[in-house]
Amino acid sequence: MYGWIYRHLPGPTPVRVLLALLLAAAVVALLLFVVFPAVEPWAPLNDVTIRS
Amino acid sequence: MRAVGELLITVGLLVALFLAYQLWITDLFQARSQSRLHDRLAASWQAPPAQPPAKPSRPPPAVRPNPAVGQGFAVLHIPRLGEDYAPVIVEGVGETQLEEGPGHYPGTAMPGETGNFVVSGHRTTYGKPFNRLDELRPGDPVVVEVADRYYVYRMTRSEVVAPDRIDVTDPVPEHAGVTPTAAVMTMTTCHPKYSAKSRLIVFASLDRTVMKTPGAGVPFASGEA
Repeated sequence: MYGWIYRHLPGPTPVRVLLALLLAAAVVALLLFVVFPAVEPWAPLNDVTIRS
Repeated sequence: MRAVGELLITVGLLVALFLAYQLWITDLFQARSQSRLHDRLAASWQAPPAQPPAKPSRPPPAVRPNPAVGQGFAVLHIPRLGEDYAPVIVEGVGETQLEEGPGHYPGTAMPGETGNFVVSGHRTTYGKPFNRLDELRPGDPVVVEVADRYYVYRMTRSEVVAPDRIDVTDPVPEHAGVTPTAAVMTMTTCHPKYSAKSRLIVFASLDRTVMKTPGAGVPFASGEA
């Protein structure tokens, strides 16, 4: 998968490395700001209240 | 085979990143919210008093805060947890409110009021305001700062209960239906750390009220009891 993505990036090696890093950063940002906030209510770390 | 390996590595990275997010990155979000809440609270508290006290012999009656959900209305000081420990307490205990700071249960007493002032806070995420709640000892001051005064509560006892023990939030904790005659405070957080299995409950009762005076800081801030 990672090899396939890298092979399909355009340009010479330095450009490809840069694009790969940007792609990784975009995925991390998407996880941190969208995916993780959406799924964290199901994590057991955040139940602090008393509810009947 | 290679695809399976890459998939497993990806899952591992995802889990590691999620843990890093929960344990550290949420702290950054909460720090930003707290800084905003502190600024707003400082601005609203700076409003000059309606009439300057001619005779400062008797403190003016307390103004009951009436915060909207999500609004900060008090600052919590627990000297045992350090002089810099001063999270803003917000109204409400929904996910959004608790991500910003310790949250007050709507409908329970306000600071200093007769009844039970109930506050919940995160233990291991979002700034971890109640991370070290288990270190409190009976007699420790728990100071709640409002616009013009400090309410000095003292820790009385703690216990670990099931998550559905709603009676700890009763006006007289654990005595449903009893009319309160004293001002008490209850703090709840998850227990053990990193688990939702139980809740750690810390009770405190109002010891005295200290009016704010220019130049004087938080009572007992340096740790002396």
